[in-house]
Amino acid sequence: MNVRLNGKSISLPAEIDTVAELIRHYELENRIVIVEIDKNIIEKTLYAETELKEGSEIEMIHFVGGG
Amino acid sequence: MNERYSRQERFQPIGKKGQAGIRDAHILIVGAGALGAANAEMLVRAGVGRLTMIDRDYVEISNLHRQHLYSESDAIAKLPKTIAAEKRLKEINSEVIVESVVMDVNGQNIEEHVSGKTIIIDAVDNLETRLIVNDAATKHNIPFIVGACVSSYGLGFPMIPGNGPCLHCLIDHLPAQSETCDTVGVIGPIVQMVAAHQVTASLKFITGKSLPPILHSMDIWKNERAEIHVGMLKNPSCSSCGTDPVFPYLSLENQTKAEVLCGRNTVQIRAGAQRIFQLEDMGKRLAELSCEEIVQNQYLLSCRYDGYRIVLFKDGRALVHGTNDLYKARAVFQRITG
Ligand SMILES: [Zn+2]
Repeated sequence: MNVRLNGKSISLPAEIDTVAELIRHYELENRIVIVEIDKNIIEKTLYAETELKEGSEIEMIHFVGGG
Repeated sequence: MNERYSRQERFQPIGKKGQAGIRDAHILIVGAGALGAANAEMLVRAGVGRLTMIDRDYVEISNLHRQHLYSESDAIAKLPKTIAAEKRLKEINSEVIVESVVMDVNGQNIEEHVSGKTIIIDAVDNLETRLIVNDAATKHNIPFIVGACVSSYGLGFPMIPGNGPCLHCLIDHLPAQSETCDTVGVIGPIVQMVAAHQVTASLKFITGKSLPPILHSMDIWKNERAEIHVGMLKNPSCSSCGTDPVFPYLSLENQTKAEVLCGRNTVQIRAGAQRIFQLEDMGKRLAELSCEEIVQNQYLLSCRYDGYRIVLFKDGRALVHGTNDLYKARAVFQRITG
């Protein structure tokens, strides 16, 4: 599926079709992540059931410790 | 008129009035590592009236590729970072009053340094300390300009009390571990980029511009950026900024606690905020950190790191063998767990 992630067009493997799988795909499952799809912030409890759609505009920001 | 700031005053959104505001500002930078050094140099050049920097660390040679205020001689002398920073900043701009505080920030000692400041700049190197400063900032109603970076990735968020979520609203728990500069490294350009955003946000606040609650991130190597308006994540019952705040990170129960185990040359550390360790992930991380003699069972993880023997227990506890120094043990613990 083709989506826009953080402003870039990317093509996701077919099995990545929910927010939870997207987070796992980028190895961010143990991090604090905030995900917005088409201008709506997705609640963390809904990551597993929120499906990605062709052409979705996704913004995904994870927190890091360093400085 | 002072020629020194003429080009900045000619910049219309600042002007002479804005410059006067900058001169009247007293800014606190928590942390004098890469982000701290970059923010400090820009703010001092911009002509802030007073700058206070807090840091617990000393300059090391491995800092120099990204921490622009410091030199080889500072590393050889093992100067505390804030002392080395103060010396350099006064050379850059003798009009600015620079104060340095050598201190390990915790929930008990941060408030006296926060009160009365115009803005607090986040330049700390771990999430727990960031949440401590966030609590102090919300309690004292002072903007906290969040910034963080590792690798080629960084993020920023202007936390303005009463104007959107606080950092605690966005970070509902401390992750078991997070990436740090010690595990995945960091490059100088991302530091400058994050600090540039922090200083810009500070100049905007000082000159009366509004700062919407937008969390933004960037990866300067991959050339990616993201922006999320996080206004809706303001939690009305947040224990740090909600209707009945208790500022949990300013209280002892939620903090990493360290105690010397008498006669054993060992310090026990208990991670705050009900942190538990995923031992398997932690084991991988220790290997990345080049820890040696890693031993793992279902209850604990043991390794040798930087001359210390460290045992991490699943329940968030650690023993650091080989020292009676709480400060050193905490520093090793935070380096290992992020
Ligand atoms: Zn909050």
